[in-house]
Amino acid sequence: MSTAVVSEPSGFVLPQGQLNVIKWNIYFGFAVLAVGVIMGLGQALSYARVNVVQYYPVVKSYYQALTIHGVFNALVLTTAFANGFIALTTARGLGRKLNNALLHAAFWTLFVGSLLAAYAMFADKASVLYTFYPPLEADWTFYLGLALVVVSTWITSAAQLVALRGWRKDHPGERVPLLAFMSIATYVMWDIASVGLAVEVVVFLLPWSLGLLPGVDPMLDRTLFWFTGHPIVYFWLLPVYVSWYGLIPKQAGGVLFSDTVTRVAFILFILLIPVGFHHQFMDPGVSQGLKFTVAAMTFAIFFPSLITAFSVMYALEIGGRRRGGNGLVGWFFRIPWSDPSVAAQVLAMIAFLLGGISGLMNGSYTMNMEIHNTAFISGHFHQTVGCAVALSYMGIAYWLIPYLERRELWSPRLALFQAFLYFFAVMIFSNGLEAGGMEGMPRRTDMVHATYGLAAWKIPGIMTAFGGTLMFVSAMLFFFILVMTIVAGKKTSQRDLPFTATVQAPPTIGWQPRLDRLSYWVLASVVLVIAVYGPFILQHFPPSLSTAGLLYP
Amino acid sequence: MERYEKAFLAACAAVLVIFLCALGYSSVAMNVHLPSFSGRIYCRAGQKLRKVLLKTPPFDHTGVREIAQGKYQAVVIAKTWAFTPNEIDLPVGAEVRFVATSVDVTHGFFIVGTRVNMMLIPGQISEFTYRFTKPGEYLLICHEYCGQLHHTMSGKVVVK
Repeated sequence: MSTAVVSEPSGFVLPQGQLNVIKWNIYFGFAVLAVGVIMGLGQALSYARVNVVQYYPVVKSYYQALTIHGVFNALVLTTAFANGFIALTTARGLGRKLNNALLHAAFWTLFVGSLLAAYAMFADKASVLYTFYPPLEADWTFYLGLALVVVSTWITSAAQLVALRGWRKDHPGERVPLLAFMSIATYVMWDIASVGLAVEVVVFLLPWSLGLLPGVDPMLDRTLFWFTGHPIVYFWLLPVYVSWYGLIPKQAGGVLFSDTVTRVAFILFILLIPVGFHHQFMDPGVSQGLKFTVAAMTFAIFFPSLITAFSVMYALEIGGRRRGGNGLVGWFFRIPWSDPSVAAQVLAMIAFLLGGISGLMNGSYTMNMEIHNTAFISGHFHQTVGCAVALSYMGIAYWLIPYLERRELWSPRLALFQAFLYFFAVMIFSNGLEAGGMEGMPRRTDMVHATYGLAAWKIPGIMTAFGGTLMFVSAMLFFFILVMTIVAGKKTSQRDLPFTATVQAPPTIGWQPRLDRLSYWVLASVVLVIAVYGPFILQHFPPSLSTAGLLYP
Repeated sequence: MERYEKAFLAACAAVLVIFLCALGYSSVAMNVHLPSFSGRIYCRAGQKLRKVLLKTPPFDHTGVREIAQGKYQAVVIAKTWAFTPNEIDLPVGAEVRFVATSVDVTHGFFIVGTRVNMMLIPGQISEFTYRFTKPGEYLLICHEYCGQLHHTMSGKVVVK
């Protein structure tokens, strides 16, 4: 083995003003998560036909609570966390600060957008769920708010690209540092992927909600939604991958093996954007041939995650063996399980394995027929976004908040307990949903007031409620630990990010430097998007906007 | 280590290709068809979809009819928050083609315990063929959120 290469050993620290903006993003994201989690408790209990939503202030219905849960957790938290965390990893990776104005603009755009959407939802003018399929209609403030949330990501992306250009000018002929490459690739992917949602909201829904368009084309709009709606999960996941590849190996005492394979994994996510049709397997108006093509691409998108499974597990193995672990599996028990940040994220990886398996089932449309739109789907994405991503956020927070506050984590033992509790809670919860889903238990349905129900849904429903309650308790513990860290954590000096070294340095000759040319991959991705979506969009052009809307409520 | 890495990646690619072949086999050899292009319903500006639908075959006559020996067609319209008709009666062993659409928002059409699972989208016709081999009462539900009383939108399929 060659000696480990450390790209930026000096430990660059952003100026305090920029660290503050990053902090606001992270705190805002977690504050919103707290509200979303309270709403989520109502959903979990409803599967056991227990109605707690009726005691919630302001909230009038299950669906209003569900909309807040989805929009806050899946859209606002994820965006806020990515905007803050990825800005930090980009700056640290490149060893330079970001554009101040852009960083501030991104935060305020996100903040104002989220407040607008929150207003619409709490005023019960937007109980359309976070998929908001038209012709269900929400107040214009909801659409404008969501559009601003998306715009905040574009501003963050611009800040990254400006910094990258400056870095390239100062470092001609050098490879982009891996941590920065992963961070920038995440947003480049999302820049392309978010176009569908942006067009749906800005071109169709916002003008329609303001009375400027006579109606909507429901088929076209849901297709635009899902164009973004699948790759949005990469946007949730990739910041976590940045941590798994770029930070966790260091935290576990290991190093990352292959620089090249890591870059390839991120590039594959940029390439394989147009898979959203797999959310529309049961839709009319989309040909079976296209559905099969998309199923094939959906399987292909598992490949970079399998790469990740190998690379990250090997990095952990290096750490475990350095710490004295032996044998085929002995190293696994020697990774620093007592570090809540590591434990949370390794548990998140295990959850992602289950999420991947249930995702392959969804992606196989023959199996999808049995479970489409049942609780199985909610079970699947609580394993992925609800655990792999959310629990990783918590794990990251366990070093990030001390880093940002220059304080030590308050009660690491409680934090460790919290992470394990959350993991087991999600396992029970998602198992309940998946078992119920296989018996046809529907998702996003007010089961307390439903006029139908099967005996086979009873036990899965109770499991769901029990697991969901434990998730709620664990999440509340997490917020408690954060607050205590901020107010009562022991003061420390400024530390560095857990910056991981790689075993193999990126070569500066041969074909590999081309991996850093993001414009090539963007071009290839756009060609693929046009090939998959072009014919469908042409069929719906011009859109027929005569379907009358159903005003809500 | 690089050798292990390559072997692992090759094995992963092989597994995914095998899964894809299985999916291809199940859809071609086992003749599994998804809802697909089945036609659209066009309205001109100012026309109400509901009124257009009442004049568009087969939606001008909802309900079940026998189209050939042992083969049936069930025409269903979904509307906030009910299916018309909300009860479909079929003999055991009948092969039935469901033809359905929505007149207002996006609805779902899911017969619990079967593969009959479709989205009903305004302006689009959904079709799916299924054979009921076991007698019994099957629950039909709307499984896409369609407004405040979504959870009351259900029906049944009675097979005897």
